[in-house]
Amino acid sequence: MAKITLSHLKHSYYPNPTKSEDWALKELNLEWDDGGAYALLGPSGCGKTTLLNIISGLLIPSHGNVIFDEEDVTDLPPEERHIAQVFQFPVVYDTMTVYDNLAFPLRNRGIDEETVKSRVTEIAEMTDLTAMLDRRASGLTADGKQKISLGRGLVRNDVNAILFDEPLTVIDPHLKFQLRSKLKELHQRIQNTMIYVTHDQTEALTFADKVVVMNVGEVVQIGTPEELFETPQHTFVGHFIGSPGMNVLPCEIKNGAAFLNGSKITTTNKAPKDIKKAEIGVRPEYVTFSDKGIDADIVKVSDAGRFNIVDTMCAGQSVKLLVQEGASIPTGSAKLAFAPNSTRIYSDGWLVGEGGAK
Amino acid sequence: MNKTVNQKAWFFVLPVLLLVAFNAIVPLMTVVNYSVQETFGDNVFFWSGISWFEQVLKSSRFHEALGRQLFFTFTILAIEVPLGVIIALAMPRKGPWVSVCLVLMAMPLLIPWNVVGAMWNIFGLPEIGLLGKTLNTLGFDYNYTRQPGAAWFTLILMDVWHWTSLVVLLAYAGLVSIPDAYYQAAKIDGASSWSIFRYIQLPKMKRVLTIAILLRFMDSFNIYTEPSVLTGGGPGNSTTLLSIDLVKIALGQFDLGPAAAMSLIYFLVILLMSWIFYTVMTRNEDQ
Amino acid sequence: MKRASWLIPTIYIIFLMLPIYWLVSMSFKTTNEILGSFTLWPQNFTLDNYRVIFTDPSWYMGYVNSIIYVCINTVLSVSVALPAAYAFSRYRFLGDKHLFFWLLTNRMAPAAVFALPFFQLYSAIGIFDTHLAVALAHTLFNIPLAVWILEGFMSGVPKQLDETAYVDGYSFPAFFIKIFIPTIAAGIGVAAFFCFMFSWVELLLAKTLTAVAAKPIAATMTKTASSSGYELGLLAAAGTLTIIPGAIVIYFVRNYIAKGFALGRV
Repeated sequence: MAKITLSHLKHSYYPNPTKSEDWALKELNLEWDDGGAYALLGPSGCGKTTLLNIISGLLIPSHGNVIFDEEDVTDLPPEERHIAQVFQFPVVYDTMTVYDNLAFPLRNRGIDEETVKSRVTEIAEMTDLTAMLDRRASGLTADGKQKISLGRGLVRNDVNAILFDEPLTVIDPHLKFQLRSKLKELHQRIQNTMIYVTHDQTEALTFADKVVVMNVGEVVQIGTPEELFETPQHTFVGHFIGSPGMNVLPCEIKNGAAFLNGSKITTTNKAPKDIKKAEIGVRPEYVTFSDKGIDADIVKVSDAGRFNIVDTMCAGQSVKLLVQEGASIPTGSAKLAFAPNSTRIYSDGWLVGEGGAK
Repeated sequence: MNKTVNQKAWFFVLPVLLLVAFNAIVPLMTVVNYSVQETFGDNVFFWSGISWFEQVLKSSRFHEALGRQLFFTFTILAIEVPLGVIIALAMPRKGPWVSVCLVLMAMPLLIPWNVVGAMWNIFGLPEIGLLGKTLNTLGFDYNYTRQPGAAWFTLILMDVWHWTSLVVLLAYAGLVSIPDAYYQAAKIDGASSWSIFRYIQLPKMKRVLTIAILLRFMDSFNIYTEPSVLTGGGPGNSTTLLSIDLVKIALGQFDLGPAAAMSLIYFLVILLMSWIFYTVMTRNEDQ
Repeated sequence: MKRASWLIPTIYIIFLMLPIYWLVSMSFKTTNEILGSFTLWPQNFTLDNYRVIFTDPSWYMGYVNSIIYVCINTVLSVSVALPAAYAFSRYRFLGDKHLFFWLLTNRMAPAAVFALPFFQLYSAIGIFDTHLAVALAHTLFNIPLAVWILEGFMSGVPKQLDETAYVDGYSFPAFFIKIFIPTIAAGIGVAAFFCFMFSWVELLLAKTLTAVAAKPIAATMTKTASSSGYELGLLAAAGTLTIIPGAIVIYFVRNYIAKGFALGRV
């Protein structure tokens, strides 16, 4: 087990990157605490798999260092980094039994059969594979195979971290939940560093203690699920996390305060004086109907179970709000109020001013 | 895939069925017909029962041809399959060289068989062939038209030249279908190159290798044109394989009865051995 | 090991090219040079051998004949194999497995076994020494292979494609021609390639079933070699010319070769 430090890390798949688009991964500095459960969250092509492969050693970064505890492992091959990885598509050794699959990493390291047996038995019990130990691995279902992949990682004592690359992609929906809770349970039991890559916010938010949100090769925010929800550092985070995502409304700035269609909006942060154009970000949860406020036309109401999602048009822009089921919804036109503590000013996507340091 | 039961599908199969049946059943019946009759010319035939079969099965000529055939087939299988796998493993997986390799390697497969024979016939000539001249210059006494050993060497080298590419291309197709994640997982698990071959590449190539072995088995058992052009079965009868012997009897001597009986035995041997190969190689698949 | 791995394919390819080089270089040599001395490349470069082939109908008609029956065979084999492969890939019907296996057993048949019966059969129905005779005889080997390859490719196409088309109001023939065939175009190309390949390289049946009118180039070669002395240069030139169609075909399907050899279903 180890603390993982990424220092001045950059990667490009081109030999001579010039433009900013050439970088699959822009410069980043990160520290992952020993024993933490992390998620790397972002849309397809944001560089999260690249980052994961750099940590596991399948990819050598063009710049920067990967440090496990105090040791620089940047140039070490995967087998010397002592990490385990579970891939998107289940990887099992088809011709072997489940037992032999689990024993494979140990046998490759020349460990005696007695230790192998006790480790495999223990891990099989943890991953609910005990009943299938004698079966051929090729005959298992997708979730069984993913458990084997996971088990092959857990079976080793020397593992610094376990990496997951969208491990639930090919799992049936009703089993996803089960496997996810299994992962969470295993993490609590063995206290190993786990890094989980996904594009699914539910998976990330339920699994991880800390989520790293990435977009176009850049880390936009690192935080607990709550932080990501309550104080998005970037409009991307606001939009990507939450359903529906945060409302982002272009606004005018006068003396550091935001004005929407002429009316002043109270926000938690202040914009620097030199900024003229910016956006207001407010989550639908923090928009309410009120007697005083901004004029809006109601466009559509959709029922989402315990609450309703109301689409409105406000000064030519779409604003969504969440209304508890049963609460009355005006028809035609209404006035909207934004909760001041949860309304923020963003410029170029990033949160500005006090409390919004990049 | 779930298939629906539909008896009308027979209509789709009908053209194939008619064509193949016309081509397979009528000639096969002709062969069966000859194999149980005796003729003294003038298209007069007499029932002769299974005597031709007895004669063929007891004849040392057939035994020797069959023995040579088995030796040939197993030798080329033992060379071509491992060699093909080794070459496929060493081939690049990506980049511009892949197409170049594939195109050049496929070349021998598209050369008419008698041209292959003629090419090697010339190539091996001791005085004017590159191979023959080189071997003799190096001090080997090599003349495939006179020495049975040299004839066999040339015959096997020719077949390796001609058909190893088929194994390479099949094995290569199997290899490129293995997702990168398998190699990555094996690296992380600390697997050696041998383990990667044994537990990942070989199992994934198993299906295409089964096809390769079956095709090479059948085709080498049926081989006629190349050896007939190269050595004509000689020197003496030393490289007379089954097909060559059969054509000698049927078209050369016009001994239709024994030729027909031999044809049927020959065909049955191929069917039987293909079936054994297939069963052995796919035995574990369903477990 | 990793750095030297390019050596193995390179050596193998050189091994493949040597006999071909020898044949090609010999085709540019004069008979005197071939028989009189051992030269690694033509000393007196000549195109005479090719001139003979291109001016003598008994030579060049051999190529025309070969190409005609190969094309007839390829078109015939693929077009009857298409519906059959569709049936095998989509439906279950009485005896389907046995039929499939029986088809494949024909691929195993030794050509030598069928040579004489084919001769008699085709003589009896009056198509001996026609292109059709050779094309028909080769279908015995090519149809099973084409059905096998196409079935593999078709099984890779989800059935939802068929169902969507029917929902959209396509009739079966319209769906098959306008949608399904374009979808498996690569598979058809591969199947055609294999049919072409076998029909082009096979000689025993082609030689047995023809006399004059449809005689293939390969047979012309063997006869010339024996009747008019050992004209090695001419033989080499004729051989070289038989390699060219194959090389052209490989070039066109180069991107499908690997997939094709896996018969579409790795």
